[in-house]
Amino acid sequence: MIRVVLPHHLQTLARCDREVTVIVDGVVTQRRILDALEARYPMLRGTIREHVTLQRRPRIRFFANSEDVTHDSPDAELPSSIASGELPFMIVGAVAGG
Amino acid sequence: MASIRVLVGTRKGAFILTSDSKRKKWSVDGPHFAGWEIYHVKGSPVDPDRIYASQTSSWFGQIIQRSDDGGKTWSQPGSDGNAEKAAASGMPQGKSNMFVYDTSDKSGKPLTTHQWYDGTQHPWEFARVWHLEPSLDDPDTCYAGVEDAALFRTTDGGVTWHELAGLRGHETGPSWAPGAGGMCLHTIVLDPTNKSRIFCAISAAGAFRSDDSGTTWKPINVGLHSEYIPNPTAEVGHCVHRIAIHPTNPNTLFMQKHWDVMRSDDGGDSWREVSGNLPSDFGFPITVHAHDPETIYVVPILSDSLHYPPEGKLRVYRSRSGGEEWEALTKGLPQEHCYVNVLRDAMAVDTAKPCGIYFGTTGGQVYASNDEGDSWDAIVRDLPAVLSIEVQNIS
Repeated sequence: MIRVVLPHHLQTLARCDREVTVIVDGVVTQRRILDALEARYPMLRGTIREHVTLQRRPRIRFFANSEDVTHDSPDAELPSSIASGELPFMIVGAVAGG
Repeated sequence: MASIRVLVGTRKGAFILTSDSKRKKWSVDGPHFAGWEIYHVKGSPVDPDRIYASQTSSWFGQIIQRSDDGGKTWSQPGSDGNAEKAAASGMPQGKSNMFVYDTSDKSGKPLTTHQWYDGTQHPWEFARVWHLEPSLDDPDTCYAGVEDAALFRTTDGGVTWHELAGLRGHETGPSWAPGAGGMCLHTIVLDPTNKSRIFCAISAAGAFRSDDSGTTWKPINVGLHSEYIPNPTAEVGHCVHRIAIHPTNPNTLFMQKHWDVMRSDDGGDSWREVSGNLPSDFGFPITVHAHDPETIYVVPILSDSLHYPPEGKLRVYRSRSGGEEWEALTKGLPQEHCYVNVLRDAMAVDTAKPCGIYFGTTGGQVYASNDEGDSWDAIVRDLPAVLSIEVQNIS
């Protein structure tokens, strides 16, 4: 079970809590987490990554194990702490301004 | 009992204001979609409880919301709020937020670039839905005007959206350029007497008309004069801010251009200026009285550099002669130290008698007049900046 933390506006959109869980089979990557998240919460499609290109939206960042993995390959394996559910995969709206 | 419902889109959510037909006491409901920019909220003329809303964010993109109960509850079309139920419903989940430009061979001219601020070509990129225009006869059909400028249509209640690519595919498309607010298709006018005729306006390309239900389009900018473009009378490139018609006289169009208030009596084929004695002919909204096709309203703004009213006085101007001769309407409006703006989609009328006029400001006030503009009261004063106002008469 993978734990995923969502920013406030996506929680209200999906009508869910701050932290949700998804099931990912095999190697745990950004892409597989997002695929599973969008399958469970289809109203989030297009809000984290573009509908067609599946590119991350420019003002979204990803953190795993307190590391910024925003610019890592979406197919790179994430740390075992994420795969085991020890720590959540964090989806964060980039902070702009003060 | 008849009532009035005012749909307000703001920088930080949507609000629904309701009153009885006297329009003196109002209730304020909201914010809906708190924290999100709500560019436009508009109800179906044939089913007032069917309301579409454009919810957008620079972070999270475009969301289309729909209500089928007059704004009490909302959902993304095709995506039930209950995630498990949504996944099992068999509907095309998550498609309602998907606005993809048509680049197919079928569209004929798959444009990929338009003119940028500096004159170079720039990729066409979807940003948001500025305006939603529900069909006059089918609650499941709605048009969407988007940035970068294009026209989309749904025929399934907002579940899926498809571009009417003939507009963006017009031969002038590569020369369209963004206005200060982006390159947006912000005005969609449906002709109630001719289902095949659609008008739209783009900043900064100009006005366009289709006579075949949106398949092909013609620029209708003859008579416009814009000194801020290299050729002031060019076929396209004009920063049209808003177009309005009266439903009983749709061949007459009124336009608030970047500068100049204009009028056409031939369906947009030609325009003449009717700014007359306005203190400034710069502004954003223009609207037509519900019962008199020759009575129109504008809100003069000082200039394109100074987006506030002349002399710090918030004045609506009314012409009862279809332009040229204007009178200031000030009773109940601030006449000193007022530096708000009124945006292009932020003024509307009801169809009660006497006609009611409504507008919202960037300062968060929503003003209403229940006597054709003779006097005004603030329904609410401290909302987030108002982006749009629409009015429904509920019987």
